[in-house]
Amino acid sequence: MNMPFTMPPLGPIMPEILLVCIGLILIIVDLLYPRNRELLSQLTLLACIGLIALLFNQKPASTFGNMFIVDPYSIFFKVICLLGLLMTTLMSGQYLTIEKIRHGEYYSLMTFSVVGMMIMASAADLIVIYLGLELMALSVYCLVGLLKDDFRSNEAAVKYFLMGGFSSAILLFGISLLYGMTGTTDLAGIAKYCSEAGIMKNPALLTGFALVLSGFCFKVGAAPFHFWTPDIYQGAPTSMTAFMSVAPKAAGFAVFGRFLMTGFPELHEQWGTIIAVIALLSMGVGNIVALSQTNIKRMLAYSSIAHAGYALLGLLAGTSEGYSATMTYLFIYGFMNMGAFAIVILLCSAGNRRESLEDYKGLAKSNPMAALLMLIFMFSLTGIPPTAGFIGKFYLLKAALAAGYTYTVICAVIFSAISAYFYLRLVRYMYMDDPQEEFVAQYSPGLTAALALSTIGVIGMGILPGSFLNLAARSLIGF
Amino acid sequence: MSFSILSLLIFLPVLGGLCLLGVSRENEKNVKVLALIISLLEFVFTLPLWFGFDKTTHHMQFVERHSWISLFNIEYYLGLDGISILFVMLSALVTILCVLVSWNSIQTKVKEFFIALLLLEGAMIGVFCALDFFLFYIFWEAMLIPMFLLIGVWGGPNRIYAATKFFLFTLVGSLLMLVGIITLYIKGGNTFDILALAAMDFPLSLQLILFWGFFAAFAVKVPMWPVHTWLPDAHTEAPAAGSVVLAAILIKMGAYGFLRFSMPILPDATTAMMMPMLVLSLIGIVYGGVICLAQTDLKRLIAYSSVSHMGFVTLGIFALNTQSVEGGILQMINHGVVTGALFLGIGMVYERTHTRKISDYGGLATNMPVFASFFLLFTLASVGLPGTNGFIGEFLILLGSFMTRPWVALVASSGLIIGAWYMLWLYQRIFFNPVNSKWNKIKELELREIVAFMPMVILIFWIGLFPNTMLDFMHVSVAHLLEQVTGNPEGVASGVQLAVTNSLEAAGHGVQHVPQISH
Repeated sequence: MNMPFTMPPLGPIMPEILLVCIGLILIIVDLLYPRNRELLSQLTLLACIGLIALLFNQKPASTFGNMFIVDPYSIFFKVICLLGLLMTTLMSGQYLTIEKIRHGEYYSLMTFSVVGMMIMASAADLIVIYLGLELMALSVYCLVGLLKDDFRSNEAAVKYFLMGGFSSAILLFGISLLYGMTGTTDLAGIAKYCSEAGIMKNPALLTGFALVLSGFCFKVGAAPFHFWTPDIYQGAPTSMTAFMSVAPKAAGFAVFGRFLMTGFPELHEQWGTIIAVIALLSMGVGNIVALSQTNIKRMLAYSSIAHAGYALLGLLAGTSEGYSATMTYLFIYGFMNMGAFAIVILLCSAGNRRESLEDYKGLAKSNPMAALLMLIFMFSLTGIPPTAGFIGKFYLLKAALAAGYTYTVICAVIFSAISAYFYLRLVRYMYMDDPQEEFVAQYSPGLTAALALSTIGVIGMGILPGSFLNLAARSLIGF
Repeated sequence: MSFSILSLLIFLPVLGGLCLLGVSRENEKNVKVLALIISLLEFVFTLPLWFGFDKTTHHMQFVERHSWISLFNIEYYLGLDGISILFVMLSALVTILCVLVSWNSIQTKVKEFFIALLLLEGAMIGVFCALDFFLFYIFWEAMLIPMFLLIGVWGGPNRIYAATKFFLFTLVGSLLMLVGIITLYIKGGNTFDILALAAMDFPLSLQLILFWGFFAAFAVKVPMWPVHTWLPDAHTEAPAAGSVVLAAILIKMGAYGFLRFSMPILPDATTAMMMPMLVLSLIGIVYGGVICLAQTDLKRLIAYSSVSHMGFVTLGIFALNTQSVEGGILQMINHGVVTGALFLGIGMVYERTHTRKISDYGGLATNMPVFASFFLLFTLASVGLPGTNGFIGEFLILLGSFMTRPWVALVASSGLIIGAWYMLWLYQRIFFNPVNSKWNKIKELELREIVAFMPMVILIFWIGLFPNTMLDFMHVSVAHLLEQVTGNPEGVASGVQLAVTNSLEAAGHGVQHVPQISH
């Protein structure tokens, strides 16, 4: 049979194509000017800013037979991922110098992983979701193992690869079951077929649904699929940990939301409860285990599990308000978490990574500015006004309450109060103990810029969140 | 009003505090002088409130209203009425005294201390001015950060434990209140406007849930028995200025919360829960007093006496009639003045002796006669000697609660007796008794310290002799409040009388809220 081939319109996917080109250019530039990291990072920064500008001007459209959709929802998530890349690039320079990482691939791999995330955000088809997800994951696997002489980094990379591969297999198995039951991989098509054929209660379909859900939970680091997080966050190079805690997580939530909203809106009663349980488990495990951590990266890893739990509160509401709350929260979370990791990098010096919580003792005396900023980020992570963390959490709680999940919300605020203890402990160490060593932190221009950006974000969105919240709410019109 | 005085009052200390960031760390003198100037200016700016306030209306005055977060219909909405105005003035006054008392006693991180103090002042004034529930919550929580640092950084030996306990207790309560606020917002037609919410009718079952949600936050702050345990630790470990702010302003916010939110928004729940609240208050009064008798630590004793005194305040508020509520509000001011003064005094003497153990003292009156007479005045005011402010407040509360439930007043008055017992006994152990030779060279008060005491002394006699100058501010607002809660501007005159009045009124001109009080 001869099918006439027509080129699908490439306009909607142009940002992704451009970013792939930039990734390739980064490799070529690295070959032509070896070891010139400054140039690479500047190119990446320019690309990020340009693409964000381009994204804001994109019109809603779809291409490849509706497999790839550009709508305000996807644009919002793409912007979060690009901002994540931007901030990581800003703070990478100093870290790479200290750790003597000289790989040019660093920037191109990050770029490729962001391409994967952007594809995920736009994917409306299970196969495209998988495609984006693997592109993102494979790049990140390599980046995690970048500290070649550090056995923790090696361990993290291997662990992440194995566990990631395992979860991808589960996801694929789920996808194949869904395809088998409905005969399509298109999310909207699945929803249509399910309601027409009335197979919502079919066990095979539900199994497929549950398997896909598990795969996504793994990607966003929600309990009980969180076991990879602490080891990998701790072992990975710190700049990568910062990146991983923000960008892939946002992309994971993007597909998570679209999968539930477009694919299975009718099953909301069922998955609402499942997600409520997962959310509470994540908050419980994340916040309680974080209490006993002594390593800052590990503590932030558990805190990121807890925050995945908070973000799920918006999804479980299943309303457009809930989705907008989750998006807002991820955006804010990006700023405050990036800020916290920037301080971790700031404290890192050659031969002494200062990753133990003890190293923060007396920081207010030796480095008052760093301590003040960390204080702001910690209170924001706790969710104390007037920081942005409070606005984000407030929006989530409101959305979940409006959807009727009162008890989930009450548990969530109690876990949130528990979390105050370990965030406060860091503040206590910084402000209420005496310094262990004389140490003056070095602020490189990039790191300063990253810190300034995240501080402005955290305070600005905390005090004047109006226009930003409207933007997030508008992103969901017509979704 | 075109000139936004309340915004000025909130942001002057905040911006002033941020300006202090620019002063060099070495120049401690400048930091202190600047902080003093800012706090004095702040007080001067509260004077227009005093003179410009219209006492004949219960409507909010000095109102400022702007849209803030349009998506949630959140407003930047400020205003004062007869209930809140005095607290704004008291906050401004107390901050000046805090600056004075910290002049020499704060030795480390001086700049940061005054910045935290000024930020705290801004947030406190914001709490009393906010008329949007969301805005209120922002200020309410924002207060935690500087207070946590004040206790944790500049406090006593066990400061970290105390600071963390304070933070966690308050946070749990506040978060539960947040859930209540959001529920109210959803059920109340998407508004955080307190006055609009107070005008709505909610079903009793919802009101009860919300009442306990708010109770979690306000009762912790007051603190009411049994959630009072953070207070002795926080008071004991905080630096002198921290204790003063805590005693004079922070714990008043819990009672203020009841007056501003629980009662007008949830009137049916308030009347339904009147009895449990009265009983909890009584337990607080007696329990706090008895515990005081067993204390060996000076600050801890005063802290427990706060539990007892705040029991009187909540008793007055929940006895729900004109005398008791006005007495409750006045007693909040009185307690702020007297306990604030006591902590100031303890701060001054601690600066000299560095011990808080009561048994280390003895015979201080010999070497510090001026200090001893000041302290005697504060002790007597705390006990409620006629002529001092303490008497007026406690008398009004007892009078009001006697009209509501005679036996309640009977039990509460036992608190007065215990109060006189522990306070006079404390005075005896510190100032009389054999002279402890360790303190032979102890210095008498400096002029700065006497100046810090003077406003308190003036206030004690002023309120004690001319209470109407304060009560005049409240009459109309309290009457309006009681009308919202009980449907009668006089409040619950007595169980029997109320039922009669209500049935008459209901027959006469349709009453909106019919209180449900069981006899």
